[in-house]
Amino acid sequence: MDAPVIDRNAADAVSPLVSVERLRVEFETDSGPVVGVENVSFTIKPGETVCVVGESGSGKSVTSLSLMRLVEFGGGRITEGALRFARPNGEVIDIVATDPEQMRAIRGNEIGMIFQEPMTSLNPVFTIERQLVDGLMVHKRMGREAARQRALELLREVRIPEPERRLKQYPHELSGGMRQRVVIAMAIACEPRLLIADEPTTALDVTIQAEILALIDRLKREIGMAVLFITHDMAVVAQMADRVVVMYRGNVVEEGAVEDIFERPREDYTRALLAAVPRLGSMRGKPAPEPMPILNQGAALPAEAAAPAATPTPEGSRAVLLEVKHLTARFPVKGGPLRFTIANVHAVEDVSFSVRIGETLALVGESGCGKSTTGRSILRLVDATSGEVTLDGWDIRRLSPSDLRKARRDMQMVFQDPFASLNPYRRLRDQVAEPLVNFGLARGSELDDRVALLFDRVELPREFLRRFPHELSGGQRQRVAIARALATNPKLIIADEAVSALDVSVRAQILNLMMELQRELGVSFLFISHDMAVVERVSHRIGVMYLGRIVEMGSRAAVFEDPRHAYTRQLLAAVPIADPRQRHLRDDQDYRPIASPVFPVGHTPPASEYDEVAPDHFVLRETQA
Amino acid sequence: MRRFLTSKGLIGIVLVGVIVLVALLAPLFVSNELANKMFMTARLKGPSLAHPLGTDQLGRDLLFRVMLGSQTSLMIAASAVVTSLVLGLPIGLISGYFRGLTDNVLMRLVDTLLAFPALLLALTISAMLGPNLQNTIIAIGVAFTPYLARIVRGEALRVVQMPYVEAARASGTNDLKMIVRHILPNIMPQIIVQSTISLAFAILAEAGLSFLGLGTQPPNSSWGLMIQTSRDYLDRAPWTALVPGAAVALTVLGLNMFGDVLRDVLDPRAK
Repeated sequence: MDAPVIDRNAADAVSPLVSVERLRVEFETDSGPVVGVENVSFTIKPGETVCVVGESGSGKSVTSLSLMRLVEFGGGRITEGALRFARPNGEVIDIVATDPEQMRAIRGNEIGMIFQEPMTSLNPVFTIERQLVDGLMVHKRMGREAARQRALELLREVRIPEPERRLKQYPHELSGGMRQRVVIAMAIACEPRLLIADEPTTALDVTIQAEILALIDRLKREIGMAVLFITHDMAVVAQMADRVVVMYRGNVVEEGAVEDIFERPREDYTRALLAAVPRLGSMRGKPAPEPMPILNQGAALPAEAAAPAATPTPEGSRAVLLEVKHLTARFPVKGGPLRFTIANVHAVEDVSFSVRIGETLALVGESGCGKSTTGRSILRLVDATSGEVTLDGWDIRRLSPSDLRKARRDMQMVFQDPFASLNPYRRLRDQVAEPLVNFGLARGSELDDRVALLFDRVELPREFLRRFPHELSGGQRQRVAIARALATNPKLIIADEAVSALDVSVRAQILNLMMELQRELGVSFLFISHDMAVVERVSHRIGVMYLGRIVEMGSRAAVFEDPRHAYTRQLLAAVPIADPRQRHLRDDQDYRPIASPVFPVGHTPPASEYDEVAPDHFVLRETQA
Repeated sequence: MRRFLTSKGLIGIVLVGVIVLVALLAPLFVSNELANKMFMTARLKGPSLAHPLGTDQLGRDLLFRVMLGSQTSLMIAASAVVTSLVLGLPIGLISGYFRGLTDNVLMRLVDTLLAFPALLLALTISAMLGPNLQNTIIAIGVAFTPYLARIVRGEALRVVQMPYVEAARASGTNDLKMIVRHILPNIMPQIIVQSTISLAFAILAEAGLSFLGLGTQPPNSSWGLMIQTSRDYLDRAPWTALVPGAAVALTVLGLNMFGDVLRDVLDPRAK
């Protein structure tokens, strides 16, 4: 059966490629139907990039999955509205009423899709060649050899080095960025008229994100396809979009040209969303970390009034709390039938730094650079290979188990994933009370009082005391994790990507809470993050890590305003800027794969030596890296 | 609680409920004497009004015998599962939590036991200790221990690397507290589900042992023993095997369904 034909004048240049009209999607649950999105309308013109932006639960993915009619596989049902799509032959069909047979012909052929996780969207048991060639043979009815040639061409088009060799490889042999390039090659293989990209760079490092964004932008211009780009990141929107659709709780809040959205937002929610985005460079010339402006319930308070006073700069003369000297951590790679150590991963290589009382030191770098291992070695959650860690007089690496327990009173950790860092089977009260009980700091009614005060401290209602973690949102859970970390009045809190998994508005609140706690309690933070914009907001000093070493270290102003190391510059250049008038990701970036940290047994890398380019601003000597 | 009320949950609950009830209440209706009473005129008779499920080769009423047999079968199975929990839980938890050398030593021992089929292992133990009620329990319990230990260890390995365990370690939680408060509750659903399924297998194992003459001994009655004695009369009186066979099958089915639903209910996220 043919799909109902609605309109035949799609040849008209201005008529939209896709027109979403009053879309409503419901999900069947145990407690009746739940509305995923409702009354969503927008259009995509040929060759245009439309960004749908929103926080988790806004319905942005439901909208894109509906366009592919994939939402039905997730238990959703389109109950209202139309999804008009102009096919290449000029016919305009309503995707909602299209039969499954025809939908299969459209999916992957006329509409291509890229998903968030490049590892799971490729089948691990097939070679790259097989995955590319199969699609071409099905949709384009190509012969095997022709399909192979086209696959090679595609890999060149997405700028994959050595495409002939890659065809024979399996997905696990490629890096994350390479895999996403293959996924994109698959999505554009049939020259779709529309490419749907659902958070395509969220799981990638910032330099790789920059490459992928530039690639999508170039392909869009070269092939002339339209792009529907789903993201939560306003900075990415600013870099990519022609037009923007802002969604909130299943509804479209605002739609408009990208410049209008960023410069003249009409709706309070859009303004709040923009305010919560840390902008790289916004801290220029400011001496100390500063809270983020937060707009509440639409009341646009001026930033100064909404935000408490800035965290004062700790004086240079302040006492050093944590001293890390020549820290090295290696993990064995086992192999062979007898599981001998065949190589070592040099996760952390001769890292030295210090954190003063009341100061935030940020360790920033991309995945695999050793920043988390450094944090965990300090807490001795992993055992370092060599080096010295001194916290307030404790020689952490040489402590006996019982002394280590005592020392841990002074240092606590906040983890990245608020859904995994709380025990799902224990009440929140018990989890926050645990450190107090362990160290015998309180008991009975005093314990209850202290836990309640900690909940007040992180601005959680006391009703939450008796709840279980799953009853809370991500931001609330992270507050509980912070309350637990604060329970013993630690001197140092290691925040390992503590805000990375949170929505932007929640992230701003948590960052402000951390800065406020620092001001009031004088606690020091070791802030581990990959996000340069966040790091710029919160830290006094910064260490940039690359391949297990700190390549540059200095005050925030020094590192951000006068970056000296090539890697720091590369990292800063890759950060998307939340301003549509400053698009710097237009051209393909140079692909420079991060070198492997795996070395054969017995390999002794040279020690880290630094040049002091300015007072308290150190750069790794180039010969080392 | 609503999660119990699926069709699977209801069938499971009803089956398990009826069987447990029968086992508990059997002594009120059926005495040993009654179950062993021989109706000499009615040997190997099919179901009738006087004997709803028929009689066996000695003219004993199969309904009475299967009711009384449920007690022995369930008691042995439950005790065997408890035995395997007592042995397997600590082994699995210690292996998974401490890892390293401890894990290696314990798991090689477990692997050695795993190399024997469970029933063969139970058979050997029972034969060595001599067949009686208590030894049947020990034999089945020990035979099931390596499987449980393996599952517990696997789950413990998964939970140990969760950030909340690291967070607890950073909060100064000692090993014992860590295992009891953080590891055990998080693997409990899997253990409970595994235990209900083990219960089903233990009933089968008891039937198997009794069938081979190394389990329950006459004049005690158990389902396996009933199947064993029916063997010679299968051609003339198939119901003598079908009645205890159906009892075993229904119990195993009910326990499996119950175990599945129990897992959903025990998840605090589902409340």
